[in-house]
Amino acid sequence: MNDGPKPRPDNAPKTQPQSKIVPQKNPMPAQDPVVRSKNFNEVALGYSPETAIAEAKRCLQCKKEPCRQGCPVEVDIPAFLKLASQGDFAGAIAKIKEKNALPAVCGRVCPQETQCEKYCTLGKKHEPVGIGRVERFCADWELATGVKIPEVAPPTGFKVAVVGSGPAGLTCAADLAKLGHKVTVFEALHVPGGVLMYGIPEFRLPKAVVQAEVENLKKLGVDIEVNSVVGKFTTVDQLMEEEGYDAVFIGTGAGLPYFMNIPGENLCGVYSANEFLTRTNLMKAYQFPDWDTPIKIGRKVAVLGGGNVAMDAARTALRLGAEESWIVYRRSEKELPARHEEVEHAHEEGVKFAFLTSPTKIFGDDNGVVTAMECLKYELGDPDASGRRSPVPIPGSEYVMEVDTVVVAIGQGPNPLVPRTTKGLEVSKKGNIVANLETGATSKTGVYAGGDVVTGAATVILAMGAGKVGARSIHDYLSKK
Amino acid sequence: MYKILEKEVFSPIIKLMVVEAPKVAKSCQAGQFVILRIHEEGERIPLTIADFDRKKGTITIVFQEVGKTTEQLGAMEAGDYIKDFVGPLGLPSHIENFGTVLVVGGGVGIAPVHPIARELKNAGNHVIGVIGSRTKDLMFWEDKMREACSELHVTTDDGSYVRKGFVTDVMKEIIEDTGKDNINLVLAIGPQPMMRACCNLTKEYGLKTIVSLNALMVDGTGMCGCCRVSVGGVTKFVCVDGPEFDGHEVDWLELARRGAYFREEEQRARERAKEEHSCQCECGGGK
Ligand SMILES: Cc1cc2nc3c(=O)[nH]c(=O)nc-3n(C[C@H](O)[C@H](O)[C@H](O)COP(=O)(O)OP(=O)(O)OC[C@H]3O[C@@H](n4cnc5c(N)ncnc54)[C@H](O)[C@@H]3O)c2cc1C
Ligand SMILES: Cc1cc2nc3c(=O)[nH]c(=O)nc-3n(C[C@H](O)[C@H](O)[C@H](O)COP(=O)(O)OP(=O)(O)OC[C@H]3O[C@@H](n4cnc5c(N)ncnc54)[C@H](O)[C@@H]3O)c2cc1C
Ligand code: SF4
Ligand code: SF4
Ligand code: FES
Repeated sequence: MNDGPKPRPDNAPKTQPQSKIVPQKNPMPAQDPVVRSKNFNEVALGYSPETAIAEAKRCLQCKKEPCRQGCPVEVDIPAFLKLASQGDFAGAIAKIKEKNALPAVCGRVCPQETQCEKYCTLGKKHEPVGIGRVERFCADWELATGVKIPEVAPPTGFKVAVVGSGPAGLTCAADLAKLGHKVTVFEALHVPGGVLMYGIPEFRLPKAVVQAEVENLKKLGVDIEVNSVVGKFTTVDQLMEEEGYDAVFIGTGAGLPYFMNIPGENLCGVYSANEFLTRTNLMKAYQFPDWDTPIKIGRKVAVLGGGNVAMDAARTALRLGAEESWIVYRRSEKELPARHEEVEHAHEEGVKFAFLTSPTKIFGDDNGVVTAMECLKYELGDPDASGRRSPVPIPGSEYVMEVDTVVVAIGQGPNPLVPRTTKGLEVSKKGNIVANLETGATSKTGVYAGGDVVTGAATVILAMGAGKVGARSIHDYLSKK
Repeated sequence: MYKILEKEVFSPIIKLMVVEAPKVAKSCQAGQFVILRIHEEGERIPLTIADFDRKKGTITIVFQEVGKTTEQLGAMEAGDYIKDFVGPLGLPSHIENFGTVLVVGGGVGIAPVHPIARELKNAGNHVIGVIGSRTKDLMFWEDKMREACSELHVTTDDGSYVRKGFVTDVMKEIIEDTGKDNINLVLAIGPQPMMRACCNLTKEYGLKTIVSLNALMVDGTGMCGCCRVSVGGVTKFVCVDGPEFDGHEVDWLELARRGAYFREEEQRARERAKEEHSCQCECGGGK
């Protein structure tokens, strides 16, 4: 309910008695760093009901709702916080779910500091409201107490295929199903969820939470067909021409791992971050031999890269038993693209950092197993196009770093399978599907796309936003059909 | 869940299964493979499509028991279900009328070679087949191969059936008899050392040789890079760029080393599975 009397005028802090403001976020209870760096249980433990209410009460209920512009799926933040502050968690989660199909996921992994919380009025002088933390609490509360299924419109008779079950595909599917369309999601792997299942580690996003949210989607009538690689068992064209789908949404993500192209990269013990994380998360190698898929980890691990994926890999390596886990990054700490919280967590757990360093060669033993890397030191030069100071190699600074495992986490591109097998689908030079960001429309009539496959590797919530946009456009398209 | 419709035991370690998988059967072609996972905690393992029936919606796999997963699969029976079964993966074999093609299958490699030989013959090629196994008991599908090829030569390493000799011995004789200029392409599928030996031989004659690589895999869709192999100095992903490559370009040593990286763990998994099996609770040995 958003139309009740607003208790405070706009830009509340200025007009409001200072005593009412709680300057700091309620801290998130977390596992002790020493203990958690040896297990795969969730690091952040979640608020108690009391803390959730207290945190929600920090919200000033600003009339202009500046926080909302930071949320790509347009969650009505003040409204849900108000309900939560009154202890009405059922109301709060219902409010969130009007816009967000995966709240338990978003509450955990949204980079809130650059999204909703970035615009929070409180954040100008103090710490912003912990929007994500309260969102997570409400979602977990609902998962624990039983989920209410939202209403679904009567069947329209239209059939829509969604390719890929990452956050983009799942969001698109949920919205279309609510509008009464018959939706089938095709997923290449044996479980739905995309990066949420194979990439983001269990200790940040428990897989049971993802699957619980997926189950809720199924209750909307969405069919999810796993083990279905589009471009192989069928194509987008065949789905539309032979299988009777009226529209298709492509949300196949950015799953193609990049390598450095340096000598020795195919040695044993060199993994892409995708392989390293997929073996661990999707295939549960940390439970080997109870689960059949193994992973081998050396005493000393080097992770190449400085993004969230690199942090996840470095923290995973410690949990798998590495004695030392190093982030090897070309620029300095300041330029690390990873979220602050992730870097902080990595520091706390004992991950080490080699900044201004990049490998040039990997060495192996007689069995072709990694033993060391030759690294070059860098210094920071002038800012490049992105505004970041670009690293310049220091000639003659080569040195050898002994390592037993190398994880390459320097980025991913879009998998070419679907673009290559779809007639008339325009792609960019980098292989991303070209789609209008406002509508999701591609160069092909009836085919929409969104998420990492369009934007390149981004975030869960942006992918979900794109899924929403796609659903809206597909609905319009079908309504005119 | 994917139902096992038929099971045939070729030898104590080589088995055939016909699996109900209409989506795969509808579009698969010779040379492609599937990835399966037998139960929730299972590994994803790749197996070549040895045959298919589009009408019945079935895929035939033939596998050799070499470790935990293949042993557990071998213990399953018709009527049982495989948890996951995805395909067709990889690129189909390149089929055209090359002229005369020498097609070689070694050991369990006879199975994947079969549909390719058949397609090559259908495309108008003169297909000279060579199949070999270690010993008589491990030989299978001689009849099917005879039908798929224009002529067929059979050999066993120990001489227990037809003749004694490796497939490379037979290949050499054929190349010498036919003349290397009268052979337009060689295709060899089997254990790595066999494919490598075939390539060493054909290199001497300058005969282009296609092989099907069995790299370690996880997803099979180009997402993880586990299956990478150097071909002509360039890194390729076997699951999406292959599995077939020009054997003269393959870095065999790298492939063999990468394939052996998890040997200790594989051994551990296998021993553990055997221990569990010996509990005699009629659980079937698998989880
Ligand atoms: C390790 C890691 C950590 C991350 N951490 C965060 C974080 O903390 N916060 C955050 O906001 N973002 C994070 N991200 C980024 C975020 O996960 C992605 O931006 C987001 O998942 C993209 O969603 P998507 O739906 O576009 O694609 P994906 O999640 O990549 O899903 C695509 C799906 O499509 C399937 N698919 C691909 N091809 C086919 C095909 N041909 N047929 C059928 N299915 C196909 C794939 O198997 C996959 O399941 C992280 C990413 C990684 C890798
Ligand atoms: C494209 C492709 C097609 C294949 N087709 C067939 C086939 O038709 N019939 C058949 O019998 N085998 C085939 N293989 C090999 C088969 O996948 C392995 O024998 C199987 O994965 C072994 O699993 P395991 O758990 O029983 O043994 P493990 O104990 O895991 O391993 C035993 C041996 O098998 C090799 N191996 C293990 N895992 C894999 C894997 N994921 N991929 C490849 N090799 C592996 C190891 O190098 C080891 O030497 C194929 C492999 C590939 C890549
Ligand atoms: S979905 Fe993400 S961005 Fe939107 S309100 Fe929730 S935490 Fe913030
Ligand atoms: S969350 Fe922040 S910006 Fe949004 S209404 Fe509350 S105080 Fe204002
Ligand atoms: S098996 Fe993962 S990329 Fe080939």
